[in-house]
Amino acid sequence: MSQITTQLDDAGAVDPNQVPDPSRRFWVTTACAVGGVAGAATVVPFVSSFAPSEKAKAAGAPVEVNVTTIAPGEMRTVEWRGKPVWLLHRTEEQLKTLKGHDNQLADPHSERPGFTPEYAKNEYRSRKPELFVAVGICTHLGCSPTTAFGSGGAGLPANWDGGFFCPCHGSTFDLAGRVYSNKPAPDNLEVPPYSFSADGSIVTIGVDEDNKA
Amino acid sequence: MAGEKTVETTGLLGWIDRRFPLTTLFKEHMSEYYAPKNFNFWYFFGSLALLVLVIQIVTGIFLVMNYKPDAKLAFDSVEYIMREVPWGWLIRYMHSTGASMFFVVVYLHMLRGLFYGSYRKPRELVWIFGVAIFLCLMAEAFMGYLLPWGQMSYWGAQVIVNLFAAIPFIGPDLAIWIRGDYVVSDATLNRFFAFHVIAVPLVLIGLVVAHIIALHEVGSNNPDGVEIKAGPKDAKGHPVDGIPFHPYYSVHDIMGVAGFLIIFAAIVFFAPEMGGYFLEFNNFIPADSMKTPPHIAPVWYFTPFYSMLRATTSDFTWILSAGAVIAAAALFLKGNLKGVMRVAVPVILIVVAVLFKVIDAKFWGVVVMGGAVVILFFLPWLDHSPVKSIRYRPTWHKYLYAVFIVNFLILGYLGTQAPSDVFNIMSQIGTVIYLAFFLVMPVWSRLGTFKPVPERITFHPH
Repeated sequence: MSQITTQLDDAGAVDPNQVPDPSRRFWVTTACAVGGVAGAATVVPFVSSFAPSEKAKAAGAPVEVNVTTIAPGEMRTVEWRGKPVWLLHRTEEQLKTLKGHDNQLADPHSERPGFTPEYAKNEYRSRKPELFVAVGICTHLGCSPTTAFGSGGAGLPANWDGGFFCPCHGSTFDLAGRVYSNKPAPDNLEVPPYSFSADGSIVTIGVDEDNKA
Repeated sequence: MAGEKTVETTGLLGWIDRRFPLTTLFKEHMSEYYAPKNFNFWYFFGSLALLVLVIQIVTGIFLVMNYKPDAKLAFDSVEYIMREVPWGWLIRYMHSTGASMFFVVVYLHMLRGLFYGSYRKPRELVWIFGVAIFLCLMAEAFMGYLLPWGQMSYWGAQVIVNLFAAIPFIGPDLAIWIRGDYVVSDATLNRFFAFHVIAVPLVLIGLVVAHIIALHEVGSNNPDGVEIKAGPKDAKGHPVDGIPFHPYYSVHDIMGVAGFLIIFAAIVFFAPEMGGYFLEFNNFIPADSMKTPPHIAPVWYFTPFYSMLRATTSDFTWILSAGAVIAAAALFLKGNLKGVMRVAVPVILIVVAVLFKVIDAKFWGVVVMGGAVVILFFLPWLDHSPVKSIRYRPTWHKYLYAVFIVNFLILGYLGTQAPSDVFNIMSQIGTVIYLAFFLVMPVWSRLGTFKPVPERITFHPH
């Protein structure tokens, strides 16, 4: 009968005067630390799931363009890795505009890293002077600049001799994609890796000495 | 029965009250929450913000039933809602108008707080939760704007995500991580959809609850900035200058709701695009990753901050740098910082002054834009005025507020316009005024002759 008798005494209670057991503190700390590590580790897959998927990474295939059909003064835009890439066949007059205004440019010799491959570190920022290849994305906040080959217009200076104009924040670039100083964009337009076929008629965007297809 | 609570209520309500504190909660937050009786029309905007939140959640749920978060289908599904779904156009226009009206109401609600010092001790946390709500709203509005997948959706998202790329070292990888792709794409649309419809709204609702709990803990401020709890009390211990929120202000707020709904309905039915300010014309063109529209601008509620972003060019960082040097000198010579801080703070400011010229202006543009919002969190500690309410401040303080408001509106206008040299200089001046208003506040807010603050609120029965 004693099994069903309700116990009302404090026989099982902890003595309030008992000295704290330090080993318990140790195990509480250890349990929290191990549990915390496990909790933090669980965040990793969720954070990683934000990175580009394998499909998005694979979408960056090289693009081939026949450049013999681009007339002098004409610009063609192709899509590479979801971005617009410009191929501009510059005329003699347009090439002349690239000289004599280095003092107005933020980085006239394309010395800042990451935007110009070695073979484009010249005053034309290209492999062949006449053909300018660049990613048509402003280095400020990623808008696509518009062509401004004529003389002047809204937001452009009076002595404008042709280039590109970003409608979003007013950055201006010359015909070699070099940014004018004191504009929001810090860098020249990016020149993507590209190479010419043996006969010079085909440009492959995304492939050069350092980037194989 | 043993273990059951004794409550005053009977019947079904009594049954509930013995299990859930329904009557207690209602009393605490409605019928026995005493609010100052001198509220004016500025006090409509809190309850109106709650109303707009409900409108947005309800219309949002119904929009999701027909919207498709897929880069190939999104634009067409919005047009499908507009043209084919019965009453879909109304639900969509209510949601898009609601977004703009949310900001109208919240900006006025914040201005009220600024006028009457509602962020001052002991209401700092009410204000901080409020600014956090404002940040959540900005995130909601930004991510929601991508969903129609129009040209402005696409390029707006492109610009804002690229803001993060301006952070030194980790920026470019961070931007790719946010987009989930090398450009704004289907992956970006999907995750923004997830954030817009579930993640941010959950946080937002939690913050709104915290905002109201904190408010009811400390009690509402009022146009006089006088504490009613410090005044005389009636036999039951309630402040005599307060009246129960329900029914007095609950009924009063219904009048505000009626007035608001008249304006809201007028916009929804007669001007849902608001001349390109609420819904931009370029957003009726499907997103094209190859072509930026000739003129892009964010929706009106972001444009003051967007102007500050554009204003920060490499010339302008000289001014910011000079400002940091002057602040360092002033704090060292005249400031009341003690001990190590007296040297450390000016030294940090000098380092910042140098960094303004070392790191790209692009990064500082992002810092200025973000800082313009984040600085609001610190308002309770920036304001050192001996009185709370604008009513008892020196008259020239009122002119300062007027300059601040007009300046904010001008910045907002400039942000909608195409960049030009004159506008750029104007927005640079505007940015300096905006930042100086807050950063110099610890100095100017204590200057001048303050008017005597009454012991009790000023109230004239009708």
